[in-house]
Amino acid sequence: MTKFTSFSSRVIWMPIDNVDTDQIIPARFLKTVSKEGLGDQLFYDWRYDAQGQPRADFVLNHPLAKGVQILLTGDNFGCGSSREHAPWALTQFGFRAVISTSFADIFKQNALKNSLLPIVVSSDVHDLLSQMVAENPFLKLRVDLASQRLMLPSGQGIKFPVDPFAKHCLLEGIDELDYVLQQEAAIAAYESEGGSPLNTLA
Amino acid sequence: MNTPRTIVEKIWDAHIVSEREGAPALLYIDLQLVHEVTSPQAFDGLRARGVKVRRPDRTFGTVDHSTPTLTRLLPIADPIAAAQVSRLESNCREFGIPFFDFQHQNQGVVHVIGPENGLTQPGMTVVCGDSHTATHGAFGALAFGIGTSEVEMVLASQCLLQRPSQSFRVQVDGGLGAGVSAKDIILALIARIGVGGGTGCVFEFGGSAIRALSMDERMTVCNMSIEAGARAGLMAPDNVTYEYLAGRQYAPKGAAWDQALARWRQLPTDEGAIYNREISIDAGGLEPMITFGTNPGMGMPISGVVPDPAGVADAAERDALIKALKYMDLEPGKPLAGKPVQVVFIGSCTNGRIADLRAAAGVLKGRKVNPGVRMLVVPGSQPVKRQAEAEGLDRIFRDAGAEWREAGCSMCIAMNGDQLQPGQYSVSTSNRNFEGRQGKGGRTFLASPLTAAASAVAGAVADVRTLA
Repeated sequence: MTKFTSFSSRVIWMPIDNVDTDQIIPARFLKTVSKEGLGDQLFYDWRYDAQGQPRADFVLNHPLAKGVQILLTGDNFGCGSSREHAPWALTQFGFRAVISTSFADIFKQNALKNSLLPIVVSSDVHDLLSQMVAENPFLKLRVDLASQRLMLPSGQGIKFPVDPFAKHCLLEGIDELDYVLQQEAAIAAYESEGGSPLNTLA
Repeated sequence: MNTPRTIVEKIWDAHIVSEREGAPALLYIDLQLVHEVTSPQAFDGLRARGVKVRRPDRTFGTVDHSTPTLTRLLPIADPIAAAQVSRLESNCREFGIPFFDFQHQNQGVVHVIGPENGLTQPGMTVVCGDSHTATHGAFGALAFGIGTSEVEMVLASQCLLQRPSQSFRVQVDGGLGAGVSAKDIILALIARIGVGGGTGCVFEFGGSAIRALSMDERMTVCNMSIEAGARAGLMAPDNVTYEYLAGRQYAPKGAAWDQALARWRQLPTDEGAIYNREISIDAGGLEPMITFGTNPGMGMPISGVVPDPAGVADAAERDALIKALKYMDLEPGKPLAGKPVQVVFIGSCTNGRIADLRAAAGVLKGRKVNPGVRMLVVPGSQPVKRQAEAEGLDRIFRDAGAEWREAGCSMCIAMNGDQLQPGQYSVSTSNRNFEGRQGKGGRTFLASPLTAAASAVAGAVADVRTLA
């Protein structure tokens, strides 16, 4: 895994609560056996009309969305299906951070494993940010994971919470499965003590 | 005296492999179920690392999401779906994982076959790359939906990194009225606390109304825990659980059964255990529920009217309601009952079990599906299908004018060709009414099998209690 470094980016503001993963990537695109090509399908049914033409009124089709790395969105982002295709599609589009007041649990875990940073802010801060972006679409924010701060152009830093283990893995580029596999001895010890007797091969 | 513990704490404590400072606990997983959609990239990951599946004997595969339900004949017509199905088959063969293939006599929806074959047992930790894994909580198992990276982690290590969740007691007491079922309990809970109301929590359902449910009904309740955002949802095992499990293929037998039973009886939450959150629901006060919007929290009693955005104080909530009603093309202040529908879907991991088919058939017996409605009945598994046929339920459905299908996820996720056309309305016994969930542009009303069957007869959203 590559190390998560700090970055600055413009922000796309998508003022919708409870965005579910079926919207982030519709189920019909999940028949793939690879992780590739999902960026083009991101928010497909909101992004394109029935003829496959971009809808002019959707934020990701705005010229300013090109190259943007931060998505500012409503409450409870990523609810519904557990599909990891959602963060795969978001990162392939170019996003590196999503800012919301809350995230669905499975989406949050999936995002962190793909170097997509879910940033939780208070509703006051969320209101402030959405207002700032609405007033100045060219506004750039800096995301600094090491200090857990969202830096405003004024220099003001907004602290955000991150699970300390996830932070460590992101900053150091540690793959969580590698970390788990290093605990082979503990896993073997647990197994030798018994546990449940299920055996699907029986 | 030991500190009183909840059932979740007991299962958690029994599965800790290691706990390191500053890191999530490493939790041992007793059973992983894999299906074709969320596993191919995980198996690729194993190959890239040169790692084997650690415990193929605690892993089980089947195909359900992208498989056709019109026929069990091969080849599968959709070449992309066919490739995904055959990929799981080859992955299971390569890694030595037991597998119910497309034509297997026990094939079915992953959350139907786990319990049906006795794979799901009380006190276990169960995972699957599918958010409806909470279904298995009906047995007193701690069951999480996980992403593909975590599928790979569990395949490789049989462990998952987890932080503890908050405990959330859902107490449901009293008797359900006529026409009200398990689906209405869970839809009522989600309508009350919202789609994010359970985030960070594990629900523990209990109370006299829960105890009175069959295993099939209990699975319906636990299944939709994710629709309130909960990490998992479970219930204490009891004699209903043990009677269901006894004699199933993978359930313990003989002396092993007695030992397991003694262990399982220790699982229910201790007197005096503390929950982080609690809520009470009066089962006697529930009506059949139906959703009107584009998330499962946008639900109401069937006698209700579509809410008016003008009456919603919170701006974000108001906007969400306006957006939902626009997509659904519904007028505020009007009842849903009587709204014409074009499709009725009975099936899914929520309501595709034999109890659900019996309930629907009970309504359809001696009646006809309205000519304006296409009704699909999709059993959750091949054994459910055979059982229904042995009871003559298939004849009731066919005689009424419904389509009797093969087992699969079908129109719940619309990956296999079973889908709504743009603009169509369905009453569906599935779990999600998100935009386009049942087909691009389709509009879904979530409800129980009783309500769905009544609506099929009426040709419109209908209250089973007043069906002519």
